[in-house]
Amino acid sequence: MPLPDEYLQYPHRKRGFDQPFYGWEPVPLRKKAKLKKRLKATATIVVPCEFFPLDPPSEPFRHPAGMKTPYPDLRHYTSRDYGNRVGVFRILRELDHAGCKATFCVDAATAERYPPLLDAIKDGKHEIAAAGVSTAHIHHAGLTENEERQLIERVRSALPQATTWLSPARNESFNTLPLLAEAGFKVCLDWEADMRPLAMKTAHGSITAVPHYNELSDFTLLATRNQSEDEWVTQILSTADDHVGRYEDEGAGAFAFTLTPFIAGQPFRIEALRRILAGLAAMDEIRVCTAAKAVDLFGETP
Amino acid sequence: MHSDPNLYDYWPYEGRPRIKWPGGKKLAFWIAPNIEYYEWNPPPNPQRKPWPRGNPDVVGYSQRTWGNTVGHWRMMELFDKYGLRGSISLSIGLIDHHPEIIEACVERNWEFFSHGIYNTRFSYGMDEAQERAVLEDSIKSVENATGQRIRGYLAPALTHTEKTLDLIAEYDFWYTCDLFQDDQPQPLKTKAGRLVSLPYSLEVNDVIGYSVQGWSAERYADVLIRHFDQLLEEGSQSGTVMCIPLHAYLVSQPHRLRAFKRVLKHITSHNDDVWFATGSEIAEHFRDNFWDQTLADIEKRGIATGGTGFAPA
Repeated sequence: MPLPDEYLQYPHRKRGFDQPFYGWEPVPLRKKAKLKKRLKATATIVVPCEFFPLDPPSEPFRHPAGMKTPYPDLRHYTSRDYGNRVGVFRILRELDHAGCKATFCVDAATAERYPPLLDAIKDGKHEIAAAGVSTAHIHHAGLTENEERQLIERVRSALPQATTWLSPARNESFNTLPLLAEAGFKVCLDWEADMRPLAMKTAHGSITAVPHYNELSDFTLLATRNQSEDEWVTQILSTADDHVGRYEDEGAGAFAFTLTPFIAGQPFRIEALRRILAGLAAMDEIRVCTAAKAVDLFGETP
Repeated sequence: MHSDPNLYDYWPYEGRPRIKWPGGKKLAFWIAPNIEYYEWNPPPNPQRKPWPRGNPDVVGYSQRTWGNTVGHWRMMELFDKYGLRGSISLSIGLIDHHPEIIEACVERNWEFFSHGIYNTRFSYGMDEAQERAVLEDSIKSVENATGQRIRGYLAPALTHTEKTLDLIAEYDFWYTCDLFQDDQPQPLKTKAGRLVSLPYSLEVNDVIGYSVQGWSAERYADVLIRHFDQLLEEGSQSGTVMCIPLHAYLVSQPHRLRAFKRVLKHITSHNDDVWFATGSEIAEHFRDNFWDQTLADIEKRGIATGGTGFAPA
């Protein structure tokens, strides 16, 4: 039996993208963005504060940092919990020393379990964003619209003020963006998509993607790909430097990268973290700011 | 199945009451050689193959025998040079296979704790009586061979059941190395006893560094030195703990031991600020002086959740 005829039919084969949220606006064909105060780019630090349960489902897939060995995998459970107990407080301290405000993406389970962590983030005047229910609640196309809406509602009630969203494992269904817009979220950190904030249109209004570079993820670089702390520092600072250098040709840019508490908050990485923060803070033409602030800055007409 | 083991309460690192080490030292440092025995032809466990390739695994097995025949002695010589006492994570069966290693460690007044009978016999699927048998065997075998009563535990190959920590607490163990949530000790919520979660480490464990992350010897040494420097810096606020867990079959390799020597030289040069101790010495000091203070702090912050391990309130 060959494949059905439809397999060789391409109903979306025309100019532009095949998703409904944003159009085809390649860099050379569009107006450059400008920012006030001679700023050339924004840099957003994303700190995911997530709960990794001991009994996660395997469907649709296991979160990349989820449990690995047979139950009870105390090893991975406690290694992840280290981030929310210890590592995140080192990150908060270093952000404070460098004068940087970050976007802390907290999932509903962590918000409910660890109120002192929320207080510390608030005290530091950082943005509190929502990161789904937990790493065991991945959004995916196998959920009905109502099931997914209920997940988002649970997050809404745990984090009523949040306007920025990061999905668990950065995974979405076809419906996630409209449901997030319906629930009042304005900014999404799942999509890389562009080199500046990108308004994504849904039936329930617009939600803006701040480009979040998966290739700069500390978990990916340091834990999965075994790169060194020096390589990590270099790649983040050269991303920032590159944005400054491309300003004349491409206009103002924005980028976001993660500091995962159980990775970046390890004692042996703090020295490298200080170099990243000091390096960014020393660049006059880069503004280190929260995701919400980055979107605001791009919304102002200079 | 539980989503939260409920073995300990949340205890944010910031704002904790001060932990003070003897002599006003900032950092409690301990070093834990895993002296393990891997069997040539171990029986299968329903949840994990003892050797991923199947029995026998000549490369895996022989590297471990190299560790005990060659590597251990080199490592011990290095510890002697820097005046360090090891806290041995011991495959209890090794007492019978290699009594000379045990004698050499006893001569040096090193501490022993249990790492199961063999690193090829896993806890998965054991019932309570079987887990008790492993613990009783561990206590008795070390006592017979050395006179020491063991006080610490690291589950073989980090395999656990829901009962493991309750049982070791009941047998009056003082510390477990099985949990990785902190750089300071914390009381565990076991049904009996006073069991301390003692910072061991996976992040700076040579198995993770060398075998999982694939670091070079120099990089591993750099990581250890940075780790030490940071924890020492933080120890001026409240006492921290650093452990270096080692495996002679990895760290004692000819291309690695020289880089590791640089680490010990660095750490021992901070003698004024570092308490060089064994696992039970740190656990005992914590139990005697900071157990109640920690529980009171958690209670005061309103984040105690009650219940015990795998038995929520």
